[in-house]
Amino acid sequence: MLAYLARRITYALIMVVLVSFVGFLIIDLPPGDFLTQKLAELQSRGDRSAELRIAEYRARYGLDKPLLTRYWIWATHFITGDFGESFQYERPVSDLLSQRLMMTAVLAIATLAITWLVAIPIGVYSAVHQYSLGDQIFTTISFIGLGMPGFLLALIILFFAAVILKQDIGGLFSRQYQDAPWSIGKVIDLLKHLWIPALIGSVTGAAGLIRIMRGNLLDTLGQPFVEAARARGLPNRTVVWKHAVRVAINPLIVILGSEALPSIIGGNALVAMVLNLPTTGPLFVQALQTQDMYLAGTGLVFYTIFLLIGNLLADLALAWADPRIRLG
Amino acid sequence: MSEPLVEVKNLKVRFDVREGIIKAVDGATFTVHYGQTLGVIGESGCGKSVTARAILNMVPKPGKVVGGEILYHRRRPSENGSEVTEIVNILDLDPDGEEIRQIRGGEIAMIFQEPMSSLTPVYTAGAHITEAVTLHRLLPIRKVGDQMAETIQAHRRVSKQEAKEIAIEMLRRVGIPNPRERVDAYPHQLSGGQRQRVMIAIALSCQPDMLIADEPTTALDVSIEAQILDLMRELQEETNMAIMFITHNLGVVAEMAQEIVVMYLGNIVERASVVDIFYNPKHPYTRALLESIPRFGKGRRQRLTSIKGMVPDPFHLPSGCLFHPRCPHFMPGKCDRIEPKWTQVGDNHWVRCLLYEKE
Amino acid sequence: MTANEPNEAKQPKKQISQSYWNLVWWRFKKNKLAIAGAIIVLSFYFVCALFAEFFAPYLLEHKSDYLEARPQWIHFVDPEGHFHLRPFVYGLEKKIDPMLRKRTYIVDTSKRYSIYFFVHGEPYKLFGLIPMDIHLFGPDPKDPEAYVFLFGTDRLGRDMFSRIIYGGRLSLLIGLLGQIMTIFLGTVLGAISGYYGGAVDMFVQRVTEFLAAFPDIPLFMALAAIIPPQWSPIWVYFMLTLILAIVRWGGLARQVRGMVLSLREREYVLAALSFGASDRRVLFRHLIPGAMSHIIVIATLAIPSMILAETALSWLGLGLRPPLTSWGVLLQEVSNVRAIRFAPWLLTPVPFVITTVLAYNMLGDGLRDALDPYGSR
Repeated sequence: MLAYLARRITYALIMVVLVSFVGFLIIDLPPGDFLTQKLAELQSRGDRSAELRIAEYRARYGLDKPLLTRYWIWATHFITGDFGESFQYERPVSDLLSQRLMMTAVLAIATLAITWLVAIPIGVYSAVHQYSLGDQIFTTISFIGLGMPGFLLALIILFFAAVILKQDIGGLFSRQYQDAPWSIGKVIDLLKHLWIPALIGSVTGAAGLIRIMRGNLLDTLGQPFVEAARARGLPNRTVVWKHAVRVAINPLIVILGSEALPSIIGGNALVAMVLNLPTTGPLFVQALQTQDMYLAGTGLVFYTIFLLIGNLLADLALAWADPRIRLG
Repeated sequence: MSEPLVEVKNLKVRFDVREGIIKAVDGATFTVHYGQTLGVIGESGCGKSVTARAILNMVPKPGKVVGGEILYHRRRPSENGSEVTEIVNILDLDPDGEEIRQIRGGEIAMIFQEPMSSLTPVYTAGAHITEAVTLHRLLPIRKVGDQMAETIQAHRRVSKQEAKEIAIEMLRRVGIPNPRERVDAYPHQLSGGQRQRVMIAIALSCQPDMLIADEPTTALDVSIEAQILDLMRELQEETNMAIMFITHNLGVVAEMAQEIVVMYLGNIVERASVVDIFYNPKHPYTRALLESIPRFGKGRRQRLTSIKGMVPDPFHLPSGCLFHPRCPHFMPGKCDRIEPKWTQVGDNHWVRCLLYEKE
Repeated sequence: MTANEPNEAKQPKKQISQSYWNLVWWRFKKNKLAIAGAIIVLSFYFVCALFAEFFAPYLLEHKSDYLEARPQWIHFVDPEGHFHLRPFVYGLEKKIDPMLRKRTYIVDTSKRYSIYFFVHGEPYKLFGLIPMDIHLFGPDPKDPEAYVFLFGTDRLGRDMFSRIIYGGRLSLLIGLLGQIMTIFLGTVLGAISGYYGGAVDMFVQRVTEFLAAFPDIPLFMALAAIIPPQWSPIWVYFMLTLILAIVRWGGLARQVRGMVLSLREREYVLAALSFGASDRRVLFRHLIPGAMSHIIVIATLAIPSMILAETALSWLGLGLRPPLTSWGVLLQEVSNVRAIRFAPWLLTPVPFVITTVLAYNMLGDGLRDALDPYGSR
């Protein structure tokens, strides 16, 4: 087990280095142009220190040095928490990200909770009552849900809210709470707004999970140990949940790891764009649109690192849940 | 002959599948007696396993019991401490109800053909046993009223620790080495033979009156098979439980059973004591089965007799006697028209064949 | 006699493969959803990709004076209650909403514009070659005032109906082209990796794992963002397709590798090897065809996610850019609530995207079930 753990961690670390290099390349490709643009912009604004500041950037990131040196400078800064500066916001990337991280995490956790709380019971129901009317309805819905990408669904819902209900559902807070300090009222206001993006964000994921859960459970229900459990006199509910679901859910742990953690920091960027949410997703997209590369590159590297950590945790959780892997 | 425990009467089970209806069991009638072993033999797909599952009222989907009854002579302690026998028709019980669940595992236990996958892979051997023990030995009294008097003495408190001790004891009894350690072993850490021993331990942990063994040794090596069969016989002597032993292996059944029923295509064609079946078989199918066993001492050049023809398509069963297309004594105009009835041909020896029916 | 032998040997094999495909077709036909999906997908490609110029009443860039006009409904009965066999639309009258200070249109039932079929409209070149001017339908060609905007118009007064048909061309083709490239990359690399093993296998495996380490959408976005904006639209389109393929081939390669690994041990491959067939021949004549049906299923199920990726990227302004027109580009106009509130018909591409995705999923599911006659599901 320890050897397995060590191997997995080493592997993840190598991946982080490689991934960060790609992230750096993406940052590095265009920003030279950006600095030139920025210089022109600052000068036109009459910023006297423009030349100086640009020179400072160049020195700080070694922009006149060879590629590998630049990567080394950037990576060492990155490890110490200095992710560079957003040219557009003229603020450190770490500030911008940390400011939005909290809301992103709240939204992501709400989305995940809805996804799993909805999908697992429905998947189980569908498998246990295979071919029943309920199963057919859920199967149809999940099929449509799979083909319904979050951001298009968000557009449709925005349309219904704006044109038919004449309501604005974007954002996470009402105007009066936008900049207010935290209070009970603000939390309630947040919950009022939160459920819409959380629901939209969970549709595609839940649809997929329902199908996977149903398939896995159907396979498992056909296994002899389920019949053996029933022959031992266990009530149906115990047979299904304690024996069949407990085994069928193991593969889903991998999905939880590979989707949950990255989404906590990334969220669903596209849905967040449509609904104008204060999460990291839109920040990342805007950074790409304006070629604000330190912000964008940091975002990409972060997502990837979280994905790697998620996969690692998923492997560990799977080993914990499944003795066949743990004790192999 | 001792008292009856389970009487299966004219049981009929159908499977409704897209391609048509399969009569998996069509009129099975036999009795399992207290403390005795009944062997059920027949080719695969003849309805043996379905019959066994019907006794626990758990015929798998899309199967359905469409006729007959299964009378369970249930012995329970009465108020004054003596035993009373109550007759329950198992097929009338709610398949997920309280009563059938007490019977399943608690009074009639079952072990299966595939020990490799009959244990839930994420639980230890001990967990399986304690689950059964806590379920059947310490079931709290839920209903108040007429049932109270019957159940009140059957239950005593079993703590978690006690349940684990019982599990270790059971593993020791079924011959698992180092039971105190192996109780925490997961199924994948056990060999096939050990898993089947664990299955037996689970089945016996609740002291059932009857054990249904559905081809328990088919998936095991021959040497392991002998060990498991010995174990089952020993345990039967100790506990005096009845066994319904399902197999397609005539050699195995000869060792185990006192009485045998022979099934062919969902029908029971002959039932008799083990001696009669082996030394005085009446039904042409039983004879054919016996002739197909390789025997030591048979001349080398002598060929094994195989039953001619093929098992018919289950959707298009032959008319009259189901065996007539393959029967060496086929009487045209008779066997393909008339369904044979039960005929007594000896002391407790019954057969369904027109050869023995008197006009 | 010797000349006959190969023929005879071939005969049963051919029959077997025929009956396999017959079985597949028979199973596929039974699946009504899959048939519906196939019909929808094929008709979308037929209308949008092949004959967009014919089916669209206007050309892509045809600008009218009606800016952000609402859709006109098709009518058969006029206000006086007379039935007309020829469908018509009512004219639109421009109005300024004094409250919102915004231009709106109201239906003017006094003006009726009949819809004509197979009309001579704006000239175009079919497949870029054959000059034509016939459109499936359109306003009266003799009346320069007449117009018909079934799905309304956009900010510049361009007919949404025509633009959706034209937009479908790029959206649908990018899914297909991207997937063809993915199949090519994934199949060749996966097959080579599975067949040769060793260092080649190691390398391909590591690269696929590396690609899998990135989250899909952010990587798409980042790669799309570094396409230089000064490149010509065609190059941008090509690069975007390439990016989709490069990011996605890994999964397919891994599955093909698995299939090749198991097929490699089959008798017919061993037989071919024992006859002295070359590696390349074994790989491309035996192994890849053996895995092809699975590859097709995987690819069909992956096309919708490519179409969606393009739509999302273009919608964000990171993918295709005008003058290229795809469904995602059309949706750029509705990236804020204001647009949705005042011109909701600009959302019309959404149902088309969703229908395409659903139809592809139905088709792919049906193919998977049909190609796996003894399958697990």
